Amino acid sequence: MSEPRPRILVIEDEVPIRRFLRATLGAHGYEIEEATTAREGLLFAAQHPPDLVLLDLTLPDGDGIEVARSIREWSQIPIVVLSARGQESDKIAALDAGADDYLTKPFGVGELAARIRVALRHAARQLGPVGDAEWEATEEGRRVRVDLGRRRVTVSDSEATETPEAEVRLTPTEFKLLALLVRHAGRVLTHRQLLVDVWGPSHAGDVQYLRVYAGQLRAKLERDPTQPRFLLTEPGVGYRLVEGR
Amino acid sequence: MSESEPKRPTPDELLARMREQSGKAKRGRCRIFLGMAPGVGKTFAMLSAAQRLARDGVDVLVGVVETHGRAETERLLLGLDILPRRTVDYRGTELEEFDLDAALLRRPALVVIDELAHSNAPGSRFAKRWQDVQAVLDAGIDVMTTLNVQHIESLNDVVRQVTGVEVRETVPDAVIDEADEVELVDLPPDALITRLQQGKVYVPESARTAREAFFRRENLAALRELALRKTAEWVDVRMREMQSERGIRIAWPTADRVLVAVSPSPLAATVVRAARRIAAGMRAQLVAVYVETPAMLRLPPADRERVRQTMALAERLGADTVVLSGSDAAREIVEFARGRNVSRIVLGKTARSRWSELLRGSFVQEIIRRSGDIDVHVVRGDGGGPTVQSVALPQFSEARLGQAVVAVSAVSIATLLGTTILRSVDLTNIAMVFLLAVVIVSTAGRRFATSLAALLSVAAFDFFFVPPSFTFAVSDVQYLITFAAMLAVGLLIAQLTANFRRLADSARERALRTGELYAMSRALGSARTSEEVAALAATRVHDSFAADALILVRRANLPQMEVIGGAGNPDWLDERERAVAGWAHDHGAPAGIGTASLPAAVGRHVPLVGPRGAIGVLSLRPRDRKSLEATASQSLLGTFADQIALALDRAELIDAHQRATLDADRERLRSALLSSVSHDLRTPLASIAGAASTLLDAPNAFDSATKRELLVGIADEAERLSDLVSDLVFATRLEAGGVDPRREWTTVQEIVGTGTLRLREALARRSFRTIVPSDLPLVRVDAVMMAQVVHNLVDNALRHTPPDASIEIAAWLDESDVMIQVRDSGPGLDAEEIRSVFNRFYRGTRGREPGSGVGLGLGLTVCRGIVEAHGGRIWAQAALGSGAAFTIALPYEREQPALPAEREGA
Repeated sequence: MSEPRPRILVIEDEVPIRRFLRATLGAHGYEIEEATTAREGLLFAAQHPPDLVLLDLTLPDGDGIEVARSIREWSQIPIVVLSARGQESDKIAALDAGADDYLTKPFGVGELAARIRVALRHAARQLGPVGDAEWEATEEGRRVRVDLGRRRVTVSDSEATETPEAEVRLTPTEFKLLALLVRHAGRVLTHRQLLVDVWGPSHAGDVQYLRVYAGQLRAKLERDPTQPRFLLTEPGVGYRLVEGR
Repeated sequence: MSESEPKRPTPDELLARMREQSGKAKRGRCRIFLGMAPGVGKTFAMLSAAQRLARDGVDVLVGVVETHGRAETERLLLGLDILPRRTVDYRGTELEEFDLDAALLRRPALVVIDELAHSNAPGSRFAKRWQDVQAVLDAGIDVMTTLNVQHIESLNDVVRQVTGVEVRETVPDAVIDEADEVELVDLPPDALITRLQQGKVYVPESARTAREAFFRRENLAALRELALRKTAEWVDVRMREMQSERGIRIAWPTADRVLVAVSPSPLAATVVRAARRIAAGMRAQLVAVYVETPAMLRLPPADRERVRQTMALAERLGADTVVLSGSDAAREIVEFARGRNVSRIVLGKTARSRWSELLRGSFVQEIIRRSGDIDVHVVRGDGGGPTVQSVALPQFSEARLGQAVVAVSAVSIATLLGTTILRSVDLTNIAMVFLLAVVIVSTAGRRFATSLAALLSVAAFDFFFVPPSFTFAVSDVQYLITFAAMLAVGLLIAQLTANFRRLADSARERALRTGELYAMSRALGSARTSEEVAALAATRVHDSFAADALILVRRANLPQMEVIGGAGNPDWLDERERAVAGWAHDHGAPAGIGTASLPAAVGRHVPLVGPRGAIGVLSLRPRDRKSLEATASQSLLGTFADQIALALDRAELIDAHQRATLDADRERLRSALLSSVSHDLRTPLASIAGAASTLLDAPNAFDSATKRELLVGIADEAERLSDLVSDLVFATRLEAGGVDPRREWTTVQEIVGTGTLRLREALARRSFRTIVPSDLPLVRVDAVMMAQVVHNLVDNALRHTPPDASIEIAAWLDESDVMIQVRDSGPGLDAEEIRSVFNRFYRGTRGREPGSGVGLGLGLTVCRGIVEAHGGRIWAQAALGSGAAFTIALPYEREQPALPAEREGA
């Protein structure tokens, strides 16, 4: 490959986590830079802008949220935040401050790779032509396809290969919500982001809208709406549509 | 006290002498259970306390206790070490007494000695039991004892006056003043009378006749007030001692007392200051006394205000202030002085004219005449110019107009009678008719009306009847004597009835005040927490003073006083008033309207001073600013404040005690948690470390299947460890009360979906299904926490049932709850498990799968904590069939949030 390997800046003070990230990301073909404090990380990011930042939220010399905000002041480098369970409000704050996604410790390699992949892809798209107009994913034998241009949503089950794709009829709001999720497929969107985009800023706090519409979308797309496979809940933070294929 | 001839030493002298004789380094602590009368339960309270101490390992010895055969009291003696009594033969009768020498020899940590006022049998080492107690204390041994208020030396006279019962056995005040603790054992008079009627109160045979007189409700009420006051006084002394220890004020030994009589004169302040100098010179305690006589009651407001200010001044100078009431000021003062061991009385020179002194007698002369062996100082008021006697002109108010009408009518009727029916009657009898009219008018008790009627009668008698009729001229000089006699009798009647009426008013007032005091103490007796005390107290103050009342406390030395209870409108307490309240609290002196400190304030702020210092402030804003000015209201307010302070202090002690118990509980839990944590966290850690080191040591010794197995083990155990830690963190937050659900509207579907998210793989290997209708109402919960509950329940089911058992999650709407149930077809729970499964550290034993790992037993505790924080319920039950079911009931919110309307399928 002539393309250079993507460079990832890891801002994390814990040695074992850095060691684990270095090994894993190296094996996935990324180049790793390390910083152990907020100051060091910001300095490095400014001098040698990386392709992505992996940012721990609790740093010895400052708040990870502040680091994300500072980086966003001058750059659109994708930022993925690392945080612990139970820090939902911190996660939301980081996402509001401009972070692209987050990972909850402890996390697996698969998750890590997927987040980085999605973040890098969305970053590339922002530079290039706007948005995938199509999204398709298959989970546990069910395939869901969305074609935004033609406003068409279809569902088919692979076990019943004979049955043709069934078209799903969505209400305008359901479609608006799904379209937003498709354009950010694989990435988390906070309740607030979704509510503001679909219903407008005056409804930024009406989480119940989202709950009801997510339930309706699941009823139309998922096999078992209580065990969703496509439209996933990020507890306390928001929703995520699985990465398309 | 005169030093003329050797006389029987006073109790205080005796005490001082005993002190000198035994100059021991460390005295024992003395705790007195004070009651208003026999039968209130002093011995019971004391023995209960003794039992508690004995349980805590204190070496308690029962020196002497009179149970009077009461079974409930005798039961409290069980298990305590009882000292055999010493038998004394007295004129053929065997008397049993406390064995002082045996007690001193035995040297326990604490001796229980009942009936402090008891007189020992002749021939004993000491004549009085309180002397025995002093000896025990001097030996460094603690003492608990009981005392009825009528046995206190200084109250002896008062008790005799009130109850008519002579009490011969007395205990010097110093014994009480120096007690380390005085505990008031209180019982409402009615309750005591009931106990008496039930035969629960021991009354000695010899006193049977006195019993009836003694246990009257009014007597008990008065005794109760005395007991309350004595306790409050003791508290006051304590506080001052504490202050002096901190170098704030000089505390004088209470042996000598100087009394200063406060008058409404402008010179009174000077007299008080002079008295203070005298007291300081003698190192004596100063007592300022004001006697509210009928005459004083009709003083103009300015004079009454001056009295109040003088009393406040005395208080500031460190004096005790006392308001007495009675008709003869001199007698009241001297009697009070005797009761309190006062050695000197200080008076101001009276500014009365010689004429009025001759007529009404000099107050100073009267005091001197009565004082006996008490020295009397008469001081002049420095600097105060001649006082302007403000002669209050009779104002022709509406009330007076009414009185005048009554007087004129009565005299007119008498005249009419005299000129018509009694035309032929002798003039002397006509005069009698007029006198009758005056007497009838006087029954209303209005002096003005009676005097007017007397004057008019004389005039009418002269004008209409005394020849020559219809002129005021008098033919016979002897009629002048008749006129003079008529006038004198009329005016005398007017004076007498007015005095009578005033005394009756004052008695009514006092009865009302006492009634209010009892209502207050009864109300406060039932309050358990500071807030309850504050609310009840504020309501009583509100009712008694027609004022908006608030109780404020200072918490954790915050600069702002905090309101903990109130009655009426609380809005008047602005920043400024709060600051005044703070001042009153910090200085321990009343502030605000009608006081010398910050009088520009809107309300009155009275500090609540308990046994351990200032507790809070009673702030009140009277509807009528004047209503607080009467000396009577002042002293009532003071007594209220004392009672509130005591009740608040008690509530705080209860609270502190409960907190201590809670802390101990928490401490026990914490250590249990620690041991549990160290075990349960180490198990997965051990398997992780073991597997990892195996792979490290011999990376090539295993085939790939074995390697994978070891690696899966590491991953699984790490996941478990992570769960344990989050449960632990959550349980700790729960413990610390730091769980604050972030409630938002969500669907049950969402909760179930999120709750099973991380268990997806394990559930895929099971028979698992969910039955969640899509039309369930929304619930308002913390979605993350509630998902955690479902997660823990499902995780439990996975770990405690065999792999072939099925798991179900069902949800439905009950009448008032949204129900979520996690059930399995495993081995189920027995009755004991159903009961205790939510307890911390409980681990299921029966259904545990081998190798399923251990749980901290915290999972279900966390579930319960979360559900209860949401106002819901969670319980375990047997599922239909064989398994276990865990059910969560969340409140069904009937007011569902608004949702956007939308047409289906556009």
